Amino acid sequence: MTDFLDALGRVPDLLAQHLLLAMSALVLGIILSLPLAVWSARVPSVGRIVLGFASLVQTIPSLALLALFYPILLSLSTLVGGGIPALGFLPSLLALTLYALLPILRNGVTGLAGIDPAVIEAADGVGMTAWQKLRLVETPLVAPVLMAGIRTAAVWTIGAATLSTTVGQPSLGDMIFAGLQTQNWALVLAGCTAAAGLALAVDALLGVIERGIARRKRLGAWIAFGLLALGVVVALLPALPVRQETVTIGAKGFSEQYILARMIGHRLEAAGYRVRYKEGLGSGVMFAALTSSDVDVAVDYTGTIWTNEMKRTDTPPRDAMLAAIRDWQAKQGLNLLGRMGFENAYAFAMRGDRAKALGIVSLDDLVAKAPDLKFGADLEFLERPEWKAVRAAYPIRFGSAHAYNPTFMYRALESGQADVISAFSSDGRIAADKLTVLSDPRGAIPNYDAILTIAPRHARDARMIAALKPLIGRVPVEAMREANYMVDRDVGKVSPDAAARWLEKKVGL
Amino acid sequence: MTKTYPGGTTAVDEVTVEIAGGSFVVLVGSSGSGKSTLLKAINRLIEPSAGSVAIDGQAVDAEDRFRLRRRIGYVFQNIGLFPHLTVAENVAIGLRLEGEKDPRARVAELLGLVDLPADFAARMPGALSGGQRQRVGVARALATEPRLLLMDEPFGALDPVTRDQLGGAIRALHDRLGLTTIMVTHDMAEALLLADRVLVMDKGRIVADAAPRALLAGEGGTVAQALVAVPRDQMKRLGALEAGA
Repeated sequence: MTDFLDALGRVPDLLAQHLLLAMSALVLGIILSLPLAVWSARVPSVGRIVLGFASLVQTIPSLALLALFYPILLSLSTLVGGGIPALGFLPSLLALTLYALLPILRNGVTGLAGIDPAVIEAADGVGMTAWQKLRLVETPLVAPVLMAGIRTAAVWTIGAATLSTTVGQPSLGDMIFAGLQTQNWALVLAGCTAAAGLALAVDALLGVIERGIARRKRLGAWIAFGLLALGVVVALLPALPVRQETVTIGAKGFSEQYILARMIGHRLEAAGYRVRYKEGLGSGVMFAALTSSDVDVAVDYTGTIWTNEMKRTDTPPRDAMLAAIRDWQAKQGLNLLGRMGFENAYAFAMRGDRAKALGIVSLDDLVAKAPDLKFGADLEFLERPEWKAVRAAYPIRFGSAHAYNPTFMYRALESGQADVISAFSSDGRIAADKLTVLSDPRGAIPNYDAILTIAPRHARDARMIAALKPLIGRVPVEAMREANYMVDRDVGKVSPDAAARWLEKKVGL
Repeated sequence: MTKTYPGGTTAVDEVTVEIAGGSFVVLVGSSGSGKSTLLKAINRLIEPSAGSVAIDGQAVDAEDRFRLRRRIGYVFQNIGLFPHLTVAENVAIGLRLEGEKDPRARVAELLGLVDLPADFAARMPGALSGGQRQRVGVARALATEPRLLLMDEPFGALDPVTRDQLGGAIRALHDRLGLTTIMVTHDMAEALLLADRVLVMDKGRIVADAAPRALLAGEGGTVAQALVAVPRDQMKRLGALEAGA
């Protein structure tokens, strides 16, 4: 219960962001749909095209639609010479607006087509112009049906907005994704309840407006509208210029990242910054966000940058790799502050008893046994160049390969659903679950030192650099593992924020 | 004028006719004879394919068609009252389009003209009977004091008693206000009883043009006489029934 109440503490800020995003998309959807609906009702061929397009959009899964806007906006940005953000609010807004189109459009067109032809004939006969007919007759008659469509669109938008987390836009989805990853069900429940509550509240208010329009009782409708507008204004308040500067900290979708982000956050708050978090980002998304200053500071890993961003296939020694990465990043305006002090490499892991039984100690041993084994990887690994590099060095062909959310990967190993997983070497569960990590004699897996990088916007910010410098080289891998385990374990689970405070004390910050 | 539709149908086939101001003219014909098309060409709800229409010597397409329609009263079978407006708002719509701010007095006057109680003003169309609705329709048509009244089968959806009452009421209004009225109907009896002049249409052409008395006397040609025969025959049979029984 207390977990749930703690989790609720994150709700107000995310609820405000969620409401703003959903309402913006709804309003934009309405603004686009209304003239299109009128045009479609007048010209049936246009109607077919427009409704067809809206229906097509609906068939695209909302997650895919959000994801698709990233390359679209990126190309658009290069076309106009930069400046168009491909992450965050803009793609979320565009995707959700497209989603809101169909219910409003369809109801509008059907409503207009359904008006008694005699009424239209009378309107013409009395000498109304097209505009007068629209204003005095068609709009009042179509309004109830249209409002029903708007209500549907509102509920859909609020629901789909939870997915905006994946493109770097904070919403109630942040809590759901984070909770899922750290198996903090209180967090998931809090996020779900808040999102559902918001949808119900907005639907109820819009329902009052709908009934008010249908029964010509304007007062109730105006009050409900006022409440909605008030909600939006309250949500906007945090966006007003603050005395303190706001810094955005980026984090990928696993416990270690959540913990480190909180550590960075604490140090920046102590230095007088206001911080907010963008969590649950994919590796590629986070790096892009950092380069474009959508995110101001983040922890990434040398191997990830080396293979995925710099597209290198060689594996030089640590220091050479770090120097090369620092130079490469500097060219893009990024300031690589330094190593955190630990490595988190991909580590192929098996259950200790299983490894012993099959006599597997290294990746070489795996080659022979692989066809009989099931591989479990995190959501990114199967598509990453490191996996290709490993298979190039060792001809490993697994019987089957399956992608999991990182947390569930460990459970799959435990239950036998997977025999080998692509674990993280700083994960506390390796020691706790007595897993065997397979050695890499051929050196196919590069180095993955954790590094702290500042985005171009604050790259020369002396105050920020001074606040974050103490973190450099501070965190040994054993401490990181313990902190990770505190968040991941089932018994006595703590929040990433609490684990961060523990870690700070442990390393003497 | 002529009106043809894509696909080859000729609704109105080179009809030329002059209608005197102040007269009550009825267009009669069976379905598809072109009478509604001809009527609607006058207030430009339909545009002719060839030829032209003029009122008081001025061509109707010389003027903006919306302003034209506000000068003409239009009443039709399905009535078309605006369901979201009260009776008063319906009646006053023409005045509102002209910018009139307070039409209440005029609305009361119009309701009186069509024999509706003044308290009907606040009612919604859904609460009225068919006959009452069409009376409101007529009041609405007359709100802007038009001199021309066009009616397209105005009593088609009403029961015979109401038909008869409203028919008489319309004729009385026509006489009282000095209107020019053109009415379309497929009921020859109604035409004969109300009109000063009857135009019979068949397949897009005017086949007969005579006063009611003349038609009853046997003039007008085969089509017209076929139409007259129906009420005349019914009259005879009813008379026989009354006398014989």
